[in-house]
Amino acid sequence: MSSSTQSAVHHVHRDDYGSRMGMWLFLFTELILFGGLFIVYAVYRFTHQQEFHIAAQELNTTVGLVNTIILLTSSMTAAMSITAMQKGNIRFSKGLVWVTIMFALAFMVNKYFEWSAKIHHDIYPGSKELLNKPEGEILYFGLYYVMTGLHALHVIVGVVFFLFILRHITQGKIQPTRYVRLENAALYWHLVDLIWIFLFPLFYLIH
Amino acid sequence: MNDHHATQHSSHEEAHVIEYGKYIFVWLSLIAFTGITVTAAGIGLGNWTIVLALLIASAKSWYVMNYFMHLKYEDRVFRVFILVALITLAIFITFTFWDYSFTR
Repeated sequence: MSSSTQSAVHHVHRDDYGSRMGMWLFLFTELILFGGLFIVYAVYRFTHQQEFHIAAQELNTTVGLVNTIILLTSSMTAAMSITAMQKGNIRFSKGLVWVTIMFALAFMVNKYFEWSAKIHHDIYPGSKELLNKPEGEILYFGLYYVMTGLHALHVIVGVVFFLFILRHITQGKIQPTRYVRLENAALYWHLVDLIWIFLFPLFYLIH
Repeated sequence: MNDHHATQHSSHEEAHVIEYGKYIFVWLSLIAFTGITVTAAGIGLGNWTIVLALLIASAKSWYVMNYFMHLKYEDRVFRVFILVALITLAIFITFTFWDYSFTR
């Protein structure tokens, strides 16, 4: 009796499988969140093809392309940090998480300059310049700001998530035999990458 | 957290280590796909541009999910879940367009 109670006390329940599944379930809610916006985009692009085409000329494809490469690379470094952890190379794992964070910040810096340029040209929701444009262009830029803005918010959340992960590695809460938190942070980051994979061609590459 | 005598409950899995080289290969594929999308958009294939762009984006997603997100090495039920989520999204898209084409 007493021995079974004692083992129950010391039995630390841990379910990495369930933990990852929980993260995936959360990611599905994100899919539906962005999915709704993609549907709105699809309908308006369908009804305002020409105006979407003209509005998209305003975007800088190079900036979009650079940000695509940044996110793809950061996704790789995030995934590699798990391999490093599994191999017991904790320092390298932390380094890779730092690199991922740096890429995320570089993405945000690009985004900052991109949005600044737009706002400087008086193109932002509710601006006089934009309201004088045809309906389709107003819709395009509305969706552009909402969708890339929501995505950028996810990038910031990803950075915060990874900063917690770094702390947990330092505190020993994440170890080579116990790293599901790192896996979940990486899963979140890959979702951010996945969304951008669709945003990039849909906003920057309408020709 | 009490870590004494912690029993490791990972009965469902054996940690699968993906080598760095594989990740680099996947990354190169993703970059190549990106190059193809940008080039194809530049050529101007008319309405096919969007079709091609979405196909390539789907292919990229497949790589990201299978390798970066370890889906390939995950339990089968994860793939079933994703399928259900994607079908749900597909239903939303279909019904929206259906609704739209009747109200016009």
